[in-house]
Formats: sequence, C-alpha cells, structure tokens
Amino acid sequence: MARKRNLGRRSVLKGTAGFAGAAIGSGAITGFPVIWAQNNKNIVLRQCGTGVSAINEIAEKCKADLGITLQMTALDSDAVVQRVVTQPNSFDIGDIEYWMCKKVFPANTLQAMNVKKIKYFDKIVPIFTTGKLKPDSVIAQGTAPNTVSFVEGAGSTKFAKGQTDWFTMIPTIYNADTLGIRPDLVGRKIENWKDILDPKFKGKTSILNIPSIGIMDAAMICESAGIVKYGDKGNMTKAEIDKTIDFLIKTKKDGQFRAFWKTFDESVNLMASGEVVIQSMWSPAVSAVRGKGIPCTYQPLKEGYRAWGGGLSLAKHLQGPQLDAAYDYINWYLSGWVGAFLNRQGYYSAVLETAKANMTPDEWGFWMEGKPAQGDIKNPQGQVVEKAGAVRDGGSFYDRMGAVACWNAVMDEDRYMVQKWNSFIAA
Amino acid sequence: MKRANAWATYLQVSPLALVFLLFLVVPIATIIVVSFFDYNTTQIIPAFLLQNYEELLLSPVTWRTYGQTIQFSVVTWAITLVIGFTVSYFLAFHVRSATWQMVLFLVCTIPFWTSNVIRMISWIPFLGRNGLANMTLIQLGLIKEPLEFLLFSNFAVVLTYVHLYTLFMVVPIFNSMMRIDRSLLEAARDAGASGWQTLWTVIVPLCKPGIAIGSIFIVTIVMGDFVTVRMMSGGQSASVSLMMMNAMSLLQYPAAAANAVVLLLLVLFTVAAMMRLVDIRKEL
Repeated sequence: MARKRNLGRRSVLKGTAGFAGAAIGSGAITGFPVIWAQNNKNIVLRQCGTGVSAINEIAEKCKADLGITLQMTALDSDAVVQRVVTQPNSFDIGDIEYWMCKKVFPANTLQAMNVKKIKYFDKIVPIFTTGKLKPDSVIAQGTAPNTVSFVEGAGSTKFAKGQTDWFTMIPTIYNADTLGIRPDLVGRKIENWKDILDPKFKGKTSILNIPSIGIMDAAMICESAGIVKYGDKGNMTKAEIDKTIDFLIKTKKDGQFRAFWKTFDESVNLMASGEVVIQSMWSPAVSAVRGKGIPCTYQPLKEGYRAWGGGLSLAKHLQGPQLDAAYDYINWYLSGWVGAFLNRQGYYSAVLETAKANMTPDEWGFWMEGKPAQGDIKNPQGQVVEKAGAVRDGGSFYDRMGAVACWNAVMDEDRYMVQKWNSFIAA
Repeated sequence: MKRANAWATYLQVSPLALVFLLFLVVPIATIIVVSFFDYNTTQIIPAFLLQNYEELLLSPVTWRTYGQTIQFSVVTWAITLVIGFTVSYFLAFHVRSATWQMVLFLVCTIPFWTSNVIRMISWIPFLGRNGLANMTLIQLGLIKEPLEFLLFSNFAVVLTYVHLYTLFMVVPIFNSMMRIDRSLLEAARDAGASGWQTLWTVIVPLCKPGIAIGSIFIVTIVMGDFVTVRMMSGGQSASVSLMMMNAMSLLQYPAAAANAVVLLLLVLFTVAAMMRLVDIRKEL
C-alpha cells in the first residue's frame, strides 16, 4: 500500500546504515541518560512506516531544527504491521495507518502519548479527536480515526469511547480517495461510483487488487449501483462479503475490467496508455498522469470518498531522553513546516493553522480552499504541478474531507474476505 | 586404512551436505512445520491443525487455480518443446560449420543479456490497446478495432513464458543432439529410412534426456511463477504462487506454507514421472 515511493536510493542506504548505527546509538543513550538528557544532538530516532510519509526532506529539516537524527525505513503496509507487532525494539517511532492501529495497538508494543505534552493538541483537526470535522458532521463508516485515537489510560491498550488524555497517534498524512478518469476519453459525465459499471466502458476499467482497499472500492460501487446495502462497509458480514464478491465475479466475467492493479506505477501506466479510462486511483497517481501532459481528473462522486490516514506512534520501549526527544519531534512535526510540505503534495496535514502560516496565500487557496490558482503551483521540490487558473479536483478541504463515506478499515471477517477475494481474482 | 578412507569420503561430501542441510532441508522442514500452525491477523500460533490444508483442498478456487497453473505449464511446455526442438535441430544438423553453430547458438542467448523483468515488461507497450502490434495491424488495414486479447490475457501470459523460457529447452536438446554419432544417421539412411523415420526413430529417442531436462526446467519454472502471471494477465488470472503471495501479504503464513507444500508435492511428482520415462543419468 505504498502510495508514493518517496523512497530514493539515498534513503535506502541511509536506512540500512541506520540499523547498525541505531543499535550502537540507542544503547549508549540509555546507558548514560543524565549526560545527554538536554542534548538532542546525540539522539537517534528510528522511524519505520509506509512509504507515503517517509520523506527525506523532513528528516533533513528535523536534523537542522532539532538536532535529532531521524532514520526512516519504508516498508509496505503488511510488513509494517508485522514489524510493529513482532519486533517492537527495532523502531522508536511507528508511522502507521489508522486501520493498522486497530490491529497493532492491542499487541501492547506501542505507548499512548500524554496530550498535555502535545503543544498543538487542541488545534489538531477534529476528525482525529471528536471524529466530527464540523460539529454537525456524521462520522463515516470503517475505522474512523477518532475510534482508535484514544486509550483509557497510560499504558492501556483498550480504545476509549470518548476523548481521554492518552492519544495513540499523531496524524501525519490523510486524504480522500475516489475514482480517477480520463476526461478526454470517457465522453460522458461521471457522477457516481456505479458509473464504472457503464457498459460503454467495457474492458476499459480497473480496480485495485489489494484486498483490504479493493473491497472498499468494490463496496462503494455495489452500494452506489444498489446491488448490496451494507450495515457498515468497514466491517462487512459474511453475507455482505459474499454478495459483493459474487457481483465482482459476474462483472469480471462480463469483461468489464481490463486489469487489476497492485502498485502505484501500474495504475499510472494503465491510465496514461489509455488501457483504462476510469479506475480506482490514488491522488499522487493522478498528478503523475497529468505530469505526462495527459488529462486526468480525480473525480468527486456523489456517494463520497474513501478516506485513509496515517500517524506517528511511540514504541513502548521509549523512555527518558529519547521519549522527550520523541515529544520534541512530534511538537515540531505539528508546528507548521512539515504541514505545509505535506499540503503541497496534495495530502492534508494535522494542524491547519500552523501549516497555513508556512504557505503562501495562493498555495493555501489552491490546495485547501478550492480556489483557482493565481500563479503557478509548485510541489515541495519546486516543480510546477498546476498552472495559474487551475482548480483542485473536488474543491476545498471541507468539501473533500467533509464528504468521506468510509475509512480504510480492517474487518472482523478479514480471513474470510481474503479467501473470497482470491476466488474473485482466480475466477 | 579402509576406515580412514571412509572418513575421507564423508569429509569430502560434508561441505555440500551441510549446504543442502542448511539451505534446503531446514527451510523446507520449517515450511512443513509452519503449514500446520494456526494464525490470526497479526501472529502465527504454534499448533498442529489440519485446517490450513482443509481450507486449501476443499476450496474450488484452489482446484481452479491449480488447473490454470497446470494448463499454463502444459501449453508453455508444448510450444517451447516444438520451438526448442526445431531450433536445436537446425543448429545441430543443418549448420555444418562448428564455428557457425557456436555463433548462432550465442545469438540465441542474446536476449538473456537483459533482465527477465525487462523482457517481460517490454511486451506491455507492444501488445497494448494503443500498442505497436495493434497500430501496425490497423494501419495495414487487417483489423478495424484493436485486438483486446493481446494484452492482459492468458494469451499474453503464455506468449511471455515462451519468449522467456524457450532457451531452457534449446540448450539441453542442442546438447543431446551434438552428442549423436553422425554415423548413426548415415546408417539409418543406408538402411533405407526416410527423413521422418530417421527423425522419429533415431534422433528423437537419442534426444530424450535433453528433452526431459528442458521439460523439467520449463515445468518447474512455470509452476512456481507469479510475476509473469500477475503482470501479463493484469491481475485477471491467478496462479498457485500468486495465491501464496496474497496469503503472505496478509500475514497468513501458515496458509501460504500449506499451499507451498502441496505445490512442492505436485512438482516433485511431475519431475519423478519424467525421470521414470527417461533415464537422464544414462546420457549425462
């Protein structure tokens, strides 16, 4: 589920070297806590997580601002889950997604954070605290972040019903996913998830073949087409899974799908080559297609978005100066520079106020308010990604995150779902 | 003296035996043990359960996938055999000069100078809807609509297999043919055999070991493959190894291990059957 390979050759080298270094480094630190307690320069934090938020620039800026050496390891989501559960001493900061949090936090290898030590806690977007973006919002289905954001107390692994002082994860990146289309080739208006089933697009559609996310996209399609009515798309019953997969198999046999993609680049190539004209997509993939000069729209749909989000969590073994440094890192993460960086990539960040202060009014208007760009919009690396006059697909932050129908989730019937998914691919 | 000799023999065998023990026997034993374990979403639990095998063998999906994998193997095997035999025959019997034989043989290996993956992926833009093949056919006026079956289909999978692996058939068959005593062919002709009779009753039987070795290569490679199936079928087809990949990516290692054991048995059985038909060692 690596949404974007921000992982360059350099970071891989760093990462590997890091393991050796970290083993020595952390040992020395716990040995003499007093001497280095006030000195972040000798602190090394090993952050392991999905590729999306393992960004070199953040590690470099962190070193410059705080003196903390951040060693990032990017893994695919399944490997992250596995490492957090089975090798709890191999990392200090776990950069995981909310649905994973539901899986791994009960394994007691992570520690909750004291909200009193989080400087910008009150300014974090309420999706992650109360669950409601605006006071009148309805909480979406699936693993909504607020349901796994708090535990009952220090050291507890039981998720709390409401807010407590013990926060499981600091949100890093989140976004709302939908279908990508080739506006030049679809030749009609696309408004609903079910439009992917239009016989006109026979053999020109694709959905992703990552069972845990693919099933969600499939559910959005089935619900939109009136095939299945779900109690909770994020936690389907066996009967709901059966109906969904049966419908997918039928659709596949009718030749509606061209292919099923598994990696970011596959989705880009399918779209760019014109093999498909409408498919499940992730937002950076849409940018990548557009980057080739090929029109591609991240189409907002009436039923809403499928959202996902990641966050930083602290390893259980962190203590003393390393724990203090981890809090420093978290507070720095939320203080604006990182937020602006992430927003410029088309993702959303946790504390909007501080990010806004680090962006130009034009950037803020384009990425967050859905306003037409006044000048060229550049990505964090300085390349122009949108020309003046462009408007972000789906509009403003509140339009997009306010229309989330479902969060990525892990189901109780996970094992059954995967078996059924395999039968769909084999059919 | 005799004792010392025996020890020396054991000593000589031990390095290879150790390597096999560490890197073959131990891993396979582990896989077999794990295949009986239980698992949940995050961990595997030591146990002795038959559930993994039950879920695997009682599911129609498994049988269909195994059927598909066997089908890929058989089709690929048949095509590579025909092509491999023809190419070897040409090289061994039609090209007279030994120099040219070697030159042409090396030409056959040129594609192997690039990576397997590159050779596979290059087919995608070629076969695609707007790819070179379709564009050419349309411009020649042979077809009006692009041929969709060219890419992301079983056709594409088999085509790629044949392209990637025919050499594994050519090399051993060519090797066998080069060992055939030419006077046998002359004798056959003197005895009044036609070209076909010579081919069928002299050359083919003498090439059997080469054919068997090539077949073992092809069948084991195709049965264990998952990348080609996934890339070239666009995720539309499944293979046994792909099933294992799916299970592993969800941390369902015991399920994948059970599948691996079943596949291993199937492949061993196939190879054993081939060995029964042809005594490879006799010719090596």
